[in-house]
Amino acid sequence: MKEHYRTPLLATPFHTRTQAAGRARVLSRWAGYSTVAVYTDVRLEYAAVRNQASVFDLSPMIKYRIEGPDAVGYLNRLVTRDVDKLAVGRVGYVVWCDDRGHVLDDGTLFRLEGQRFRLCAQDRHLPWLLDSALGFDVDIEEESEAVAALAVQGPSSCAVLRRLGLKHIETLRPFAVAEFAYRDRALTVSRTGFTGDLGYELWLAPSLAEPLWDDLMAAGQHMHITPIGSQALNLVRIEAGFLMPHVDFMPAAAAVRRTRGRSPFELGLARLVDFDKGHFNGRRALLEERRIGSRYRVVGLDIEGNKPARDAWIYYARRKRVGVVTSAMWSPTCKRNLAIATLEAGRESMWTDLWAEIFVNKELKWERIMARCRVVERPFYDPPRRTQTPAPDC
Amino acid sequence: MSAPASRPREVGHEAAPTVADGRYDVAVIGAGHNGLACAATLARSGRRVVVLEAAAQVGGAAVTGEIIPGFRVSRCAHLVDALAPALVRELELERHGLRFAVRGLDTLALAPGAPPLRIAAEAQRAGPALHAQCPADARALPQLLARLERFAGIIATLFDETPPRIGGDNADRLRLARLGWRLRRLGRAELRELLRIVGTNVADLLEEHLESDLLRGALAFDAVLGARLGPRSPNSLFTWLYRLAGRRRAGVGPSVIEGGMGALSEALARAAQARGVEIRTGAAVSAITVSDDRASGVRLASGEHIAARQVVSNADIKRTMHGLLGSAHIDTALVRRIGSVPTRGQTAKLNLALDALPTFAGVDPADMGGRLVIAPGIDYLESAFDHAKYGEYSQAPAMEITIPSLHDATLAPPGRHVLSALVQYAPADLGGGWDAARDAFEARIMATLAACAPDIEAKTLATELLTPLDIEREFLISGGHWHHAELGLERFLMLRPIAGMAQYATPVPGLFLCGADCHPGGGIMGVAGINAARRVLAERLP
Amino acid sequence: MKSYDVIVIGAGHNGLVAACYLARAGLRVLVLERNDHAGGAAVSRELHPGFTYSNCSYVCSLFRPEIFRTLELPRHGLQIIPFEGSITLTRDGDYIASYSDHDANRREWARFSRRDAEAYDEFRAEMVRQCRFIKPLLMRPPPDPTSFKPRDLRGLWEIGRALWDLGEAQLYDTLRLYTMSCAELLDQYFESDVIKGHKAGSSIIGTALGPYSPGSAYVMLHHYMGEVDGTFSAWGFARGGMGAVSRALVDALAANGGEIRLQADVRDVVVEGEAAVGVALADGEEIRARRVVSNLDVKRTFLGLVDPKLLPAEFVRRVRHFKIRGSSGKLNIALEGLPDFPAIPADCPALTGDMHVTDSMERLERAYDDWKRGRWSQDPYVDMLIPSLIDPTLAPPGKHMMTVFVQYVPPRLASGEWDAASRDAFGQTVIDAIARHSPNFEELIAHVEVRTPRELEAEVGLTEGNIFQGELTLDQLLFNRPVPGYAQYRSPIPGLYMCGSSTHPGGGVMGAPGANAAREVLRDLRRLGRAP
Repeated sequence: MKEHYRTPLLATPFHTRTQAAGRARVLSRWAGYSTVAVYTDVRLEYAAVRNQASVFDLSPMIKYRIEGPDAVGYLNRLVTRDVDKLAVGRVGYVVWCDDRGHVLDDGTLFRLEGQRFRLCAQDRHLPWLLDSALGFDVDIEEESEAVAALAVQGPSSCAVLRRLGLKHIETLRPFAVAEFAYRDRALTVSRTGFTGDLGYELWLAPSLAEPLWDDLMAAGQHMHITPIGSQALNLVRIEAGFLMPHVDFMPAAAAVRRTRGRSPFELGLARLVDFDKGHFNGRRALLEERRIGSRYRVVGLDIEGNKPARDAWIYYARRKRVGVVTSAMWSPTCKRNLAIATLEAGRESMWTDLWAEIFVNKELKWERIMARCRVVERPFYDPPRRTQTPAPDC
Repeated sequence: MSAPASRPREVGHEAAPTVADGRYDVAVIGAGHNGLACAATLARSGRRVVVLEAAAQVGGAAVTGEIIPGFRVSRCAHLVDALAPALVRELELERHGLRFAVRGLDTLALAPGAPPLRIAAEAQRAGPALHAQCPADARALPQLLARLERFAGIIATLFDETPPRIGGDNADRLRLARLGWRLRRLGRAELRELLRIVGTNVADLLEEHLESDLLRGALAFDAVLGARLGPRSPNSLFTWLYRLAGRRRAGVGPSVIEGGMGALSEALARAAQARGVEIRTGAAVSAITVSDDRASGVRLASGEHIAARQVVSNADIKRTMHGLLGSAHIDTALVRRIGSVPTRGQTAKLNLALDALPTFAGVDPADMGGRLVIAPGIDYLESAFDHAKYGEYSQAPAMEITIPSLHDATLAPPGRHVLSALVQYAPADLGGGWDAARDAFEARIMATLAACAPDIEAKTLATELLTPLDIEREFLISGGHWHHAELGLERFLMLRPIAGMAQYATPVPGLFLCGADCHPGGGIMGVAGINAARRVLAERLP
Repeated sequence: MKSYDVIVIGAGHNGLVAACYLARAGLRVLVLERNDHAGGAAVSRELHPGFTYSNCSYVCSLFRPEIFRTLELPRHGLQIIPFEGSITLTRDGDYIASYSDHDANRREWARFSRRDAEAYDEFRAEMVRQCRFIKPLLMRPPPDPTSFKPRDLRGLWEIGRALWDLGEAQLYDTLRLYTMSCAELLDQYFESDVIKGHKAGSSIIGTALGPYSPGSAYVMLHHYMGEVDGTFSAWGFARGGMGAVSRALVDALAANGGEIRLQADVRDVVVEGEAAVGVALADGEEIRARRVVSNLDVKRTFLGLVDPKLLPAEFVRRVRHFKIRGSSGKLNIALEGLPDFPAIPADCPALTGDMHVTDSMERLERAYDDWKRGRWSQDPYVDMLIPSLIDPTLAPPGKHMMTVFVQYVPPRLASGEWDAASRDAFGQTVIDAIARHSPNFEELIAHVEVRTPRELEAEVGLTEGNIFQGELTLDQLLFNRPVPGYAQYRSPIPGLYMCGSSTHPGGGVMGAPGANAAREVLRDLRRLGRAP
């Protein structure tokens, strides 16, 4: 396509529908696509995820099909988790590292068949994926444009999908993926999401996108199903404690300064690292890090007051700077002032006396607030319905 | 006061190993000269070593073979000019049968239709030898060589060391400081000149100092032999300095080994065996086995597994890491780096069985035993290289020729001879492939030879041409590259073969490299094997 | 007779920058220019009615932003307009473009290789890393590694620290970048021949090396170290042509009280008591000054203006063997309309950028082989732009001015010296190369100025027509440029300085040599405290 520059921003398969929805749309670009940041009102969209059902167009996600006799061996060499333990029909949250043990990206790995996988990620990684495949009989292909994706999330999401006609959707367990019949076509549904709530992600052929959107809106009408934009999604993902690449950490390949990379240990993702499965990218560096200790630690913070601590520096005893906030929000659901921060490691004893330096603009006058912080477990919000099976109806 | 922990452990102080479990301490893959030198050095320190060689005989590319019955010749490498004196001494190679047929050959620069020039092996004789033909160069060349040899002397001091890491430990810093000190000791003017010319091309330097193009061509040939460089390529001066460094360290110019290069390998093998090394020929290694992220031995093509606590590979880095080990055991960025190591060989080998001594026009019969170089001029050489850039062989190749049977009567029947020639450029990535082009290339070489020795075709009984493809197939060297990996400023010392693996150890614990693509690499030197052994010994056995 | 503090020989951009810096420090400065116009190779000339040619240098990126600010060049009328993209036309009738928009660029490159389209991000990150190391070295004299002077030791220590800060792995990559070939570098990242050919052009511009030659990776980096308003390695046009740079500098010089004399042909540097005390002009006039700064290349300065007997023999020898190899030519073309390139849709935004017709590294290398054999490239590399597409001051409405830089063109032909016939034949070779991609190109041509190294040497005064005043090879960079031991802008003759592109950090319209040299003069005059 020689004239692609005439459409610098591509339309997702849901474009006609997302453009028609909402009253005060704010647009943004995501991976070369025109996407919606806000449909009408961030607060209402946020509430829809926690209270009703929401839809979010995640078609721009980068998707790779990984298939072949050595697919499992290949993926085991690529990611830090043991892919052997990922059963067919299951989805795993994975990270993959460079030689220094720094995270290149995180994503979700779908085991669709014994040796057929789908890897979904924020960034593009084709050269790395291909070069990692030397010596493996595996076929790797980007299928981002061939697969449309829509997240249906919120307490009523299961009910909406049942009304859509997806039989026994309520029995789908968290992190499971299955195919459902829909309009005589196959619709792949996974019980996954970026919201920390009950929710599903629907994977489909682009030609099904518009009818699916319309059917969902009809099926969810009584539950006030609401399209949400990326801003509302960002709020719920912070509550869920999920990390965002380029926000909470620099993907190692994108970092010009090589020390800016972060290891899975530093990101608090040690549970994803399996040293017993054989070699994987970064394994030796991570073993060394485990021996000598990490440089940083990503933590969740509960900050006094109600001013979001965006980009705030974190101090020990109000004086010594020990970290920085990467994501922050006032949580309407938890009624807490939340943040995700990167702290220098090896200073856990100082965690009892941490302070965030927050600047607040009060009618063009800046005020500096030193707010006490408490290191807390993530996720900040984790409703039982997220994991209940069968899924509750509303 | 205790010694710093990082002090390199001295060779020879290991406790004698126990072999109760029947495992070898070390399995060495490949019985090339570096593999044998490594094995012998390890055994000398008490390690129980087995060397596994795919071929029926030891030596790798340092072997003697028969062209036709009765005519024997060094099949690949044919001259030694950088053999480590320490290797000869410490392994008592002479006691194990090493004899030189002749040492310190002069070079004769040949040109069709012009009298040859004699370039003496030693700088101090270089002037007088040239005096009659080019008086100006007779004055200039010794000065130039003396200066280059001073520079080469500094490079040579690096040969016996494990390359320092930048950002390594105190021992590394000490080695770097020593290098800095040696450079400073050159004096200001000399250091400036070294820093200026080290990245320059050999043609510019020769054209600045010398008048005779025939002389320049023959000298430039030393810079580009075995390299994917022309005399006008930047960095080509460095490869010449490197060769001079090897010669300076060996203390003698190009030499011929009695019985051909295979005799050296056999002496090395005997020296190794005398120290208890077990050598198995016809034992092709198909894989390096890894257990719990540590090299645990090797698997042979026959299926047999040979357990060892350490594995040292004399094979090149690509073959070792991507082939035998498998890239699944190393990280992707490293896989990329290894994949981009330049291993496109540029040199072919032509061996001739001759009915009688050919007549090289203008060459005194007494000089026929010298090292005959056909590279008459910088442009000749550069044009030869131009073809190689595009995957073509040189239409008029450059050559280094010896007639070893003049020095060693065992090689050919009485009155008959063998001729051995390194031929450049013969790129490994030849368009259309070598199998289709071998005969045509051989005809080009014979025509080039005939221009200097018109009767050569008439006297040729049989020919044997080894292209880079043949070298790859027969000696299992990626790209058929004589130095396993391109030698040059951008792949030298801590950058050889790749940064991060320049200290003989690989990221896989227990697996080491000892081939020519390790520092200092290049030529029949044997130092990489010895240095690698030192590194292997520094690791406590698991 | 009026006396000056400093005389600058040559009103090239570096000479003018040096003069401005010196004048701002309060010195009486005189710039002497042989031609009837200032600017050296940064000029805008109306050689065909209504058309303004940037007839030597033609695009701007390397010019140091520090100089821009210090000399307040925008106040003196200088405006740099960024342009979009870059195009290489391919033999099979297609084209590849580069776009500043990340996604557009990826989609475009993915037409040739999906893998390479993404690998470009890694390549670019690596170039940024390399530039982060080299950029701080541009605006300072290179320290002498053989010296024990505190200043040199400090400089070396700082470079050592900068290297150390790169980290071990990056440091090795940096060491290799300075010695490797462009081809080896690009092979590490890309698989597509077209993409490699598209990127490799900047490794050979102005350079007598092919992309397969070691050292060409650095030349590429040299073309990456520029910026437009902080946009990494972006290139732009000077509004009104490259002469706008010189005009702004001349204005800035006047504003700071400096003088400039045109048609003043310096014949000799006058040396008394072993020190330079002034210059003698061709008409016999002598002008005295406390310091003399030469903007001419190192050969013209020391083999032309100075009696070699006054110089150390080794210095003369090094100057004589300093590599200033002419390898470039230039066509400046007035066009009656916009030529049609059937491969490229007419609304393609990358048309405003640089366009090329060489779609593989092998073709670039073969073009170099022609140069080695003493003939102009039969299949030349061209770097052509139509700045009138975005700069309305250059050509009458609807008409266009095209600048075509050509590599490789030897300083002398194997068949003899250049003459009018060979020059025109060379011009036709280039026109044919372009016309192969543009059927109506030739008929639109209203006027062509063809410049071989002979014209560049005769008119601009660049030895052999070398645009960088000396090859950018490792033996002629940093402390080796132009002569080891004389890399800090001083010459063996006290009072005589160099400020041209022959000195660190080298060629391109960068201005750094001029600014650095001025600071060294001020240091010697103990006026550094007043240096801008």
